[in-house]
Order: sequence, then structure tokens, then C-alpha cells
Amino acid sequence: MITLDETDLAIMRVTQAGLPLTPQPYRLIAKQLGLTAEEVMKRMAAMQEQGIIRRIGVVPNHYKLGYRFNGMTVWNVPDEIIDELGQKVGQLEFVSHCYQRPRHLPEWPYNLFAMVHGKSQKDVDKQIQQIADLLGDSNQGCDVLYSTKILKKTGFRSRG
Amino acid sequence: MLTPLHKHLLNDFQRDFPLSSRPYQDIANTLGVSEDDVLSALTELNDNNFISRIGPIIPPNHIGVSTLVAMAVPEQQLQAVADKISAYPEVNHNYEREHTFNLWFVAVASDEGHLQAVLDAIEQETGFKTMSMPLVDDFFIDLGFKLDLHNA
Repeated sequence: MITLDETDLAIMRVTQAGLPLTPQPYRLIAKQLGLTAEEVMKRMAAMQEQGIIRRIGVVPNHYKLGYRFNGMTVWNVPDEIIDELGQKVGQLEFVSHCYQRPRHLPEWPYNLFAMVHGKSQKDVDKQIQQIADLLGDSNQGCDVLYSTKILKKTGFRSRG
Repeated sequence: MLTPLHKHLLNDFQRDFPLSSRPYQDIANTLGVSEDDVLSALTELNDNNFISRIGPIIPPNHIGVSTLVAMAVPEQQLQAVADKISAYPEVNHNYEREHTFNLWFVAVASDEGHLQAVLDAIEQETGFKTMSMPLVDDFFIDLGFKLDLHNA
């Protein structure tokens, strides 16, 4: 794991709240942290290069934009080929996250997680069928969990 | 009602937001509008909650350690248990889901020991078992999410 220094963490903390909507946002952030705008941009570019920041951009609120049907699809696929399958599933344009996680047998046989998003139940059903088709015989069981209620939602937290 | 400018801002700048002294001016130049147009359109999107924020997106497990946790809690106790869990600063994204495992949350801590201590404390406080599923592999190449904004 790459270690960030206090200044990097402070930049992450401030920018996770959102870049200010002002002509020179990095300058404003720099001011809060006692840095220069150049320093902030240089450090953010470095963190992006190292993969600590995946991308910098507008984060849409999918729910508000009509994507009301969000399913966590979970699949039981053979461990030997999960890399290959996971990469295929992760490339589908309606999948927003795709992870391998450990099984907990017997009550939880699923090892591949993919989040899907659609504007209707029909959309999401189609997407799930597409994943099932793609996995073919490697799909040894699946389930879909819909969120019924958001109980707490917060963004990044640094505990450094 | 979203304008064409709103739609461009929502779909075309989910990545490669400029790291420059005047990023909104750069975006404005790309779209052939003024910096003021971009700033006011983004402010409208922000005020109406169409965007959560503009900023860096961090892949999981890069800062501290985290895990996805599921619990099976009887319906009538769910809210009370969820409230106890949400009170932990290490917990975020706490969701109710339709399943035997009906409570799902992400726990983030500075190291493995701290993370395990949080899960132990949650089990002790609520009396229910936690099923911890830390990330093994991330298959997602995150380029943003293409939004269909035809009827938006």
C-alpha cells in the first residue's frame, strides 16, 4: 500500500467534500491548507498517477437522475476462472462496481459481486439476464439484493 | 428540466476534470460557452442534487482497510440495530436490503486490528453476527457511468 503524507490526506479530506464552484477551486483549497494551488494540483496529479485517485470528475446522483432500480447481483462462479469472468462483467456498461469477495459457506456461496443500475425493473431484469448469459455454465447460483432503505450514507473518511 | 449544457456536464466530465488553475474555464472552452455558464449550470445541478459533488474518486482499500459486512437481523429490530451501527464513525453506506442478510454496510479503519475491533464491538453491542467480506479483487475499470439522459 502506498503511504500518503499528512498533506496528501488533508487534500483528500477537503476535496472529498467537493471542489468549490468558484473560478479557481484549487487556489481556494490551497488557501485553506496553507499551500499553493500548484502544490495541490501537483499532489493530486501524483496521487492519480499512483492510482490512489481513480479519476477526478463530476459525480452524478444516479438516483435523482432516474436510476431508481439498483441491484447488488451476486454470483457463485469457479474460483479458477473468476479473474476472466470478473473482467468481462466489469466491462458491461450498466455495471458500476465488480468485485470478488470471500464466500461464507454454507449460508453465503457467492464470490462475485456486480452492482447494476436501471431506470425500471425491466431494465434491471434484462441486465441480470445479460450477465447470466455471459457467465453461462460458470454460473452456479445467483441472487439479487435490492436496497430498500438507505440507513447511512457518507463519503470518504480518512482514519489516518 | 436539464439543458444540453447540463447533460454535457453530467456525462462528459466524470473523468479528466482539469487539474488547472481555471478548470471551469477549460471546460467552458471545450463546450464553447463561458466560464460563468459552466459555473452556474454546475451550481444548478448541485443545488438540485443532480450531482453529489465534483472531486476525486478513490478505489476501495487504498486508504486504510475496509470490508463489506452483512448481518441478518429480525425485521422488528432492524432500525434499532442499524442506528447503533451507524453511530460508529468507521461505518458508512449502511443499507437495508431485501434478503435474509438484510443489513449491509461498509466499515473502514486505519488497519486490520482496528477493523476487527469495530466488528467485534458491533457484534457485542447488537448481539448479532457480522459476515465480513473484504475485497479480494477489483475487476472494474472505472471510467464513469454513461447516463441515459434522453427523458431527463
